[in-house]
Amino acid sequence: MIFPTHLPPTPGLPADTGLPRRAGVGFKSAHFDDLQHDPDPPAFIEVHAENYMGAGGLPHAQLGAIRESLPISLHGVGLSIGSTAALDPAHLGRLEALVNRYQPAAFSEHLAWSSHGGTFFNDLLPLRYDAATLQRVCEHIDQVQQQLQRRLLLENPSTYFEFAGSTFTEPEFIAAVVRRTGCGLLLDVNNVHVSCHNNGHDPLAYLAALPMSAVAQIHLAGHAREQFDDGSSLLIDNHGSPVSDPVWQLYAHVVAVAGPLPTLIEWDTDVPEYATLRAQARMADDMATHAQMAARERAA
Amino acid sequence: MTAAYQHEFAAALRDPARPAVQSLRGATLADRARRFAVHRNNFVASLVDALAASFPVTQALVGEGFFAAMARERVFQQPPRSPVLIDYVDGFADFIADFSPAATVPYLADVARIEALRVRAFHAADALPLPEVAYRDLAASPAALADTRLTLHPSCHWMRSRHAAYSIWQAHQDPDPAGALAVVDIDRAEDVLVTRATFDVAVVALPHGAFEFLEAVRTGLTLATAFNAADSPAAGVDCGELFSLLIRHGLAVSAQTQAET
Repeated sequence: MIFPTHLPPTPGLPADTGLPRRAGVGFKSAHFDDLQHDPDPPAFIEVHAENYMGAGGLPHAQLGAIRESLPISLHGVGLSIGSTAALDPAHLGRLEALVNRYQPAAFSEHLAWSSHGGTFFNDLLPLRYDAATLQRVCEHIDQVQQQLQRRLLLENPSTYFEFAGSTFTEPEFIAAVVRRTGCGLLLDVNNVHVSCHNNGHDPLAYLAALPMSAVAQIHLAGHAREQFDDGSSLLIDNHGSPVSDPVWQLYAHVVAVAGPLPTLIEWDTDVPEYATLRAQARMADDMATHAQMAARERAA
Repeated sequence: MTAAYQHEFAAALRDPARPAVQSLRGATLADRARRFAVHRNNFVASLVDALAASFPVTQALVGEGFFAAMARERVFQQPPRSPVLIDYVDGFADFIADFSPAATVPYLADVARIEALRVRAFHAADALPLPEVAYRDLAASPAALADTRLTLHPSCHWMRSRHAAYSIWQAHQDPDPAGALAVVDIDRAEDVLVTRATFDVAVVALPHGAFEFLEAVRTGLTLATAFNAADSPAAGVDCGELFSLLIRHGLAVSAQTQAET
């Protein structure tokens, strides 16, 4: 069953989500005044759902005020869709309440697990890509889409290793999930770069194996590098710096292939001044325009 | 069988002495270990950081290194049960009270209690404080005032410390915490109120009798009974001061006046 991401549909916006096909920023409470006074604000904001699960106070007041002027993308970080155990009904209920309260233009979650045996690990943990996991993930996504009555956008993970028992590659697994559940994709381009570096894959081949027509939103962020004595390195997805050049290049490639998409700049650790974040979003808009023009010239 | 890999993974995250998960691809043992270490670190560091963000004065009192070691110990012994990390502030003060290396800082747990109440108050349900005119009307009619019961704001909580927990916390709001701390008598017991009328959380030292007064009000007793509860012979309790405390901090959200039957 295919669900709309946005109920009811808003005229004049792309049919796939209610987010404009331009750049937005991850919202931080400290940026509230700057954002509200920005004469040229970003096209949308995204918030982590779990930060708005308190009963009241400033977080809800700010989000309510922003919602008056900007579309909101609600991004869950704790549902643990990849858990071998059942989804937490209380947490799904909290997400449903937030979706009903704010009617976000898009709702997304991760292809990962974060809870096990009653412990929440506050991390996006990797999945073994096999038939049993595929079955479980699809059941969970069906359940979320049924309960929230909207299409979920699934985010590709940052991974630091692969399981010996995996029988699918990551993009094959994601493509199978999209086919079976009708969910959309939140393509995190930084995660593609990080995972491909860490696991020795070609990012362009990774992207080519994904169902690009299902991509409804993009994430861009910075990463850190951990260098080892043997010359190898791991890239760590930490959302703590500007978007790196290789990630911008991959982004340009994605836009050339898929056209402009709602694109979010994420910056969650060592959060900079609002102006720095806004400038990154402007770069994404400029890059999308140029990549599209270049693609048209090539086609002509 | 499907569940087994997550079970092994979770157990290894919860116990740093356990080896890395072995079912992952990696050239060498060392390579597998350092890849898995990214998740070991994410789990612990993200939660230590979350606690540090919620407990800045507790951290300042013992220093970053001690705080990180203490928070890390808590993450292993009492990991979060819920993805709503607002809830993870609960229980940290009790953990600190039982954490023997912190025993030399006897007021630490109470300062952490203040900071946990601040987080709770910040996220508490919204409610409109009773307008000042409602208090004026009550003050104009002592008989009605005596028979009035108040409903307190959802954010409003208070605590009792055997130490000067409020003064210690307050000193850290000063640009020169060391100078402000120097004049604090840490062995003086203090009662502390944490509340918010709008969005800014207030932390207030309670006057004598206010703790008993607020306890009585919360139980649903009339103001006459609550004033009596506050008025112990030992302490000079000023009922006018207690009444103005309610007004100043917008502690009540509704009032019901009904004579005792």
